[in-house]
Amino acid sequence: MSRTESPARLAVRKTYKLYIGGAFPRSESGRSYAVTSSKGEFLANASRASRKDARDAVAAARKAFGGWSGATPYNRGQILYRIAEMLEGRRAQFAAELADAGTKRPGDVVDAAVDRLVWYAGWSDKIAAVAGSANPVAGPYFNISSPEPTGVVAVVAPDDPLLGLVSVVAPVIVTGNTCVVVASERAPLPAVTLAEVLATSDLPGGVVNILTGSAKEIAPWLAGHMDVNALDLTGVSDPGLAVACEEAAAENLKRVLRPAPADRADDWAADPGTRRLTAFLETKTVWHPTGI
Amino acid sequence: MFEYAPAPESRDVVDIKPSYGLFIGGEFTDGTGTPFKTVNPASEEVLSEVASASADDVDRAVRAAREAFGTWSAMPGSERAKYLFRIARIIQERSRELAVLESLDNGKPIRESRDVDLPLVAAHFFYYAGWADKLSYAGYGPSPRPLGVAGQVIPWNFPLLMLAWKIAPALACGNTVVLKPAETTPLTALLFAEICRQADLPPGVVNIVTGAGETGAALVNHPDVDKVAFTGSTEVGRLIARSVAGTRKKVTLELGGKAANIVFDDAALDQAVEGVVNGIFFNQGHVCCAGSRLLVQESIAEELLEALKRRLATLRLGDPLDKNTDIGAINSAAQLAKIRELSDHGELEGAERWSPACALPERGFWFPPTIFTGVAQSHRIAREEVFGPVLSVLTFRTPAEAVEKANNTPYGLSAGVWTEKGSRILWMADRLRAGVVWANTFNRFDPTSPFGGYKESGYGREGGRHGLEAYLDV
Repeated sequence: MSRTESPARLAVRKTYKLYIGGAFPRSESGRSYAVTSSKGEFLANASRASRKDARDAVAAARKAFGGWSGATPYNRGQILYRIAEMLEGRRAQFAAELADAGTKRPGDVVDAAVDRLVWYAGWSDKIAAVAGSANPVAGPYFNISSPEPTGVVAVVAPDDPLLGLVSVVAPVIVTGNTCVVVASERAPLPAVTLAEVLATSDLPGGVVNILTGSAKEIAPWLAGHMDVNALDLTGVSDPGLAVACEEAAAENLKRVLRPAPADRADDWAADPGTRRLTAFLETKTVWHPTGI
Repeated sequence: MFEYAPAPESRDVVDIKPSYGLFIGGEFTDGTGTPFKTVNPASEEVLSEVASASADDVDRAVRAAREAFGTWSAMPGSERAKYLFRIARIIQERSRELAVLESLDNGKPIRESRDVDLPLVAAHFFYYAGWADKLSYAGYGPSPRPLGVAGQVIPWNFPLLMLAWKIAPALACGNTVVLKPAETTPLTALLFAEICRQADLPPGVVNIVTGAGETGAALVNHPDVDKVAFTGSTEVGRLIARSVAGTRKKVTLELGGKAANIVFDDAALDQAVEGVVNGIFFNQGHVCCAGSRLLVQESIAEELLEALKRRLATLRLGDPLDKNTDIGAINSAAQLAKIRELSDHGELEGAERWSPACALPERGFWFPPTIFTGVAQSHRIAREEVFGPVLSVLTFRTPAEAVEKANNTPYGLSAGVWTEKGSRILWMADRLRAGVVWANTFNRFDPTSPFGGYKESGYGREGGRHGLEAYLDV
């Protein structure tokens, strides 16, 4: 690590692994890659996830979907707020990791990530009121439209190691989706540390699955996976990769959130709004008879 | 069964021209593609010859729409609204003519085009007219902007209704459109073009290009189209989703379905039988949200099937223009071949086939109402969309099993639940992965009620406040 290690006692280093189904496995491929700081110093070896890891992560996300989407919105909001609390508690650790990754004003960025989680946490039990409707149909029916989670969402997170990741994961899961997210390839360590935060926040295993490694290698497998319902390409900066993923996603009509145009590439950092929530919601309309 | 004297609707009310051009920039113009004939599927009589739009023609139409977009989108919403109200009124005034033309070109019974399609078409324009000057209240920001030029491709099963679902919200939001009707049912769209002229709609706001798949592909792939809206097969929906990859085009797709119609043992049986019949035999089963899989609780399966068969024996198949007709003609020879192929396969796979004694007219495309029992979930007739009057019957024991079976499909457009228990309706509705759930009813539509699918039934919603999102830059 960049900090000088005391000669009197050898520090215990952390092994950075994947986060799948609530557990921290190494890549089944046994592969890893060296992560360096922005100054080029070696920081740690991170797992280089494989296609098999991606498939395991999808299976874990699918398994978690029923429970998480069936949880009460109040409960999901509590858990997201709990994640914010745990993140705040590790502020110094994240700030140090972000500093290593070359992030400017790292403390402020951690604060922004906490605030973003708090913003989305509050949406859990409000989005249905805003995105749903009662429809005055011409007939003896109570007709109501309400938003439901799309299912398993595959996400390619922006290169920004913490705020970027939180900004794309929180809106996906707060409504009841589960996800598989490919973290920043350049700076994956804060993502793995965030996994530790998730694992200690009462978030059920499998709701968020974090893969580190090459987005170029993993994203096309996720985009073509038939048990993935939607794809968030926000973090894909290579236009060729974005097109290939969107084409693969067509096979089972995944909902696709395209990357923003290059001149607005850090769109995710802006005031969040509800667009990232509604992109992964389906509207269900129920016709319920009225009568005596 | 009662004997009825024939009661045909007069076709004198329609004036079908021997040939039709494309409607571009407010004028009817020739197409440069090879013209095609549209036939009456009930008699195979050629109704008219219709121009086919080449890629160049599509380009002309998109340019006309682009040119009109500036003034149309800048026009106060209250003025756009009045154009739409005017169109809605003309549709009401000319509804008999439109209904007869629809039945002639499509083969659907006049009872349905007159009582279902046309009232819904007028209502849809009327509904979205009211939104045009209220968009800032719709929940999409203080002044949501239109997208630009919408390229819209619609199917042959509800030609005019699908046109209304596409054009009304697009125009209300300030977009201009190029719409391609299906090649077997272009006539009501062309009459609608005439209605646009009657309403003095500014030229280029609505353009109608007729043709087959290549015309649709040219429209969808046109670089100056900002929005693609498609209703049709999942197969073509996939192609469209691929072809727009890497563009900024906004896309909504309303695709196939394999809906479960679930009947519990406490359901009002006669009412459920009517619902099952309406679910699958309405519009000859040419309905993307048709209740093509009947899931019936085991304890009442026998009783329900008997009642269903009794009811089917009273359905009248024949001349679509006869007001007593329940089941009209299959829309095309190609569709008839597809229905036959899948039905034959159902028998091959071991399901038991039943149809009432039912004389089919000699000319035209016809298929009797058909029920398959002993169907397994793995059978093709339980998995693939037949898009015809063919019902697959499966059974279940517990509500959980019903949910499991209903959701066991790549589609997710609609579902039906029949039970007297209100809490069970909502319990089921909560678990069914489908965009529309009907309880103790089926195939009911309303302009205020969003419609659209989960999973491979596509994405986006049509109708209601939600339907605006597809045509706004949000």
